[in-house]
Amino acid sequence: MQVVEGSYAIAHAVKRCRPDVISAYPITPQTHIVEDLAQFVADGELECEFVPVDSEHSAMSVALGASAVGARAYSASTSQGLALMWEVLYNVSGMRLPVVMTAVNRAMSAPLSIWNDQQDTIGARDSGWIQIYVEDIQEAHDATIQAYRIAESKDVMLPVMVCMDGFILTHTYEPVILAELEETDDFLPPFEPEYYMNVKKPLSLGCFAEPDKYMEFRYMQHEAMKNASQRIEEVAAKFKKAFGRDHGGLIEGYNLDGAEIVLVTFGSVIGTIREVVKHEKGVGILKIRSYRPFPADEIRDALKDAKVVAVIEKDFSAGFEGALFTDVKAALYNHINDLKMLGFVVGLGGRDIRADDILEIIKRSKSAMDGGITDEWQFIGLRGEIL
Amino acid sequence: MKNLFASGHRACAGCGMAIAVKLILEATGENVFVVSPTGCLEIVSSPYPETSWRVPWIHSLFENAASVASGIEAGLKALGRKDEGKVIAIGGDGGTADIGMGALSGMFERGHNITYICYDNEAYMNTGVQRSSMTPFGASATTTPSGKVSRGEIHPKKDLVSIAVAHGLRYVASASVGYAADLMDKVKKAVDHDGPSFIHLHSSCCTGWRHPSSKTVEVMRLAVLTGLWPLYEVVDGEVVNVKRLAKRLPVEDYLKTQGRFSHLFKTDEGAEVIRQIQAMADANAEQYGLDLDIEE
Repeated sequence: MQVVEGSYAIAHAVKRCRPDVISAYPITPQTHIVEDLAQFVADGELECEFVPVDSEHSAMSVALGASAVGARAYSASTSQGLALMWEVLYNVSGMRLPVVMTAVNRAMSAPLSIWNDQQDTIGARDSGWIQIYVEDIQEAHDATIQAYRIAESKDVMLPVMVCMDGFILTHTYEPVILAELEETDDFLPPFEPEYYMNVKKPLSLGCFAEPDKYMEFRYMQHEAMKNASQRIEEVAAKFKKAFGRDHGGLIEGYNLDGAEIVLVTFGSVIGTIREVVKHEKGVGILKIRSYRPFPADEIRDALKDAKVVAVIEKDFSAGFEGALFTDVKAALYNHINDLKMLGFVVGLGGRDIRADDILEIIKRSKSAMDGGITDEWQFIGLRGEIL
Repeated sequence: MKNLFASGHRACAGCGMAIAVKLILEATGENVFVVSPTGCLEIVSSPYPETSWRVPWIHSLFENAASVASGIEAGLKALGRKDEGKVIAIGGDGGTADIGMGALSGMFERGHNITYICYDNEAYMNTGVQRSSMTPFGASATTTPSGKVSRGEIHPKKDLVSIAVAHGLRYVASASVGYAADLMDKVKKAVDHDGPSFIHLHSSCCTGWRHPSSKTVEVMRLAVLTGLWPLYEVVDGEVVNVKRLAKRLPVEDYLKTQGRFSHLFKTDEGAEVIRQIQAMADANAEQYGLDLDIEE
């Protein structure tokens, strides 16, 4: 175990996955990850083509081209950079290219903020990428290795973004067990796609589909996402066996037995919540690791005994409510309808989420359980004096 | 020899681009990876489940052909397959000079071993003849139409060759679909040069330019013969192999063949625009030494 910066842990995990091509454009707070990777290449520790490009749009396009010829490709970005990649994201998933990227979570401008929330990857939710949200640096490191195995599964062949909170995870130091070369090689076989561009058997990629064919392509992507649900669970189990570490598969429950109140969320805020919940009787945590595919069945099962569910997230859809809140409610509808559902928006633009904020959410959840009136969806920690 | 760009594609009769692609692939041979941005070429050649491509081909998006090609080149290199084939990109003027300019500049600057060929038909033809930065001065396009107070496009074309040369490319050339052997020769040279190469290829769209589909080669040649489209190469920064003209024709000979310039022949203001276009041809002749009779 070593004490390393989160970004270094990611770079190390990527190195262990033996990528053929890395392409990225610098944007805070993703920079340290790609700087560390560039240093590995500069020091001869990592043999790969490192392509420092003119934009995030190009970064993902280079990854796309590389993946199309059968190379293992990696990129990383965040916020505005991820937004600039937006159309390429759809293209990569539509062409079924198993690119892996670290999506560092950062707020969207305007106002400009380099700090953490999850609005950026929520915006990419429907791009056809698998989205895994991680809680801490060790999980970010481990999920990166898992991501390639999931993405490259023959019945999946979809790109994966490992979503990790900017600064909170990228720029902090934690003790991390860094993967060894042999154990990673044993766990992750080389990328050998069934179809790739080559001159012996020429393929045309990126054809256009007329209305009588387009829908089927999209449906097959959905089927692949469903297959990914199984693979995510399976890969997590195999990872546990190989590396001895477990962060959950699609979801992970904590203190759920007998919990009347369950806090549902994803990302690094779970660390804070775990500390608070230790001292709160009857309060459990449901961590969503895989946001797409969305583990509706598993969520239902995990929440079947709860009385109040509080969804906590760092994003929202202006004019409605938090995205995860909407999705969790949708998963329960027609199945469990006697639950009280509450949604809380916290920590936008890097605002600190304190133990007191979590306690306030628990207090409001208890009040709702006891029949008290509380808003179904609300912001926590708003500063009234500057509104 | 097998036609590597198979017939049965959906390009219009007389399409310069379709002729060009056939010639380009004849020059490269089958060991080539081709990238195309969104545009006519991709649309006419790849309606799933059909394809005209007998070589590995990929279309991704409108502005990223140079970046996708960079990824292919990097991927082949990383996989130890760089000798498997050359990497080329074939894109229209919109995907190259407008929306794809940043990606193109990046690919040039990073020194990828890629030949980029821009078939320049001088407007957004796939979407219906909207002007691009490559639409010539005086031409009527659907977003710069001629009208009671308009004489069409008011800006001259971007000088793409100079932009490529400014990136330090070792091989850059202009070419024309009207000169097939010259085009094929240039493609061979371009792919044989290490590092990025660029060919700016004049390519008529009979639908957008409004000339009969049987006249494509004739119209293309008139662009060269009037001095509006000089043919030359820039090798290691030096202009070489300029196609010189024994008797340069007046620009009217080219302009009158196409509906997109027809408004210029109807008014005094139009006549003034034609004079300005003639001045552009004269400037080209001066810059590239096009006129044989002046030199000898």
